[in-house]
Amino acid sequence: MGVVFALVLVMVGVSAALALVRLLRGPTTLDRIVALDVIVVLTVVAAGVYVAYYRDGSNIPLLAAVALVGFVGSTAAARLAVRRERHR
Amino acid sequence: MNPVAAGPVADVVSAFLMLLGALSCLLGAIGLMRLPDLPARLQAATKPQTLGLSLILLGTALRVELASAVTLVLVVLFQVITAPVISQLVGRAAYRSGALPDDALVVDELAEHLPADALVGDESDRDDRDDRD
Repeated sequence: MGVVFALVLVMVGVSAALALVRLLRGPTTLDRIVALDVIVVLTVVAAGVYVAYYRDGSNIPLLAAVALVGFVGSTAAARLAVRRERHR
Repeated sequence: MNPVAAGPVADVVSAFLMLLGALSCLLGAIGLMRLPDLPARLQAATKPQTLGLSLILLGTALRVELASAVTLVLVVLFQVITAPVISQLVGRAAYRSGALPDDALVVDELAEHLPADALVGDESDRDDRDDRD
């Protein structure tokens, strides 16, 4: 079981690294918003793997909170990006 | 502190779900990295957002007690509801701000329903941009 968790965490880590590359490269603000949202989701996923490994439910409110904040952040950023993009 | 499902079978099912979820996260991230334009990247981003998250959290739900598992299902439900909202907003923002390449859309039904002054590359839009600069 430990091997499975290690493999899952490695895959999630590589995914986050790839999303981070997209976050840094852009090219538009909207690409960065999409990449950032994926990184937030991967944070939730990694916390879920932690919960599964230790069988410890006390961190589950964290998952809900991060998912909520990620949604509000991406939504607000997408609304604001329209105005920013017009400057380009 | 009884888990939802115990025993070797539950462990194997949980491990299988989590591996599948991590694999779809990885595929989505590769797509996000390699696909050429914003709509394609939006499509790739949905794989970690819904499929990856639900598979991994379902795998997790099998290993924790029932009250926690219910909360995990709620988190999955919330994500499944909100991911399309973000995609829709980002896609709309890309369309309205002219960030889409001209050949990205095969069919453009939105153009018929928008007022003329909202169209991308429209004359008034350009005036607007000049004003702001």
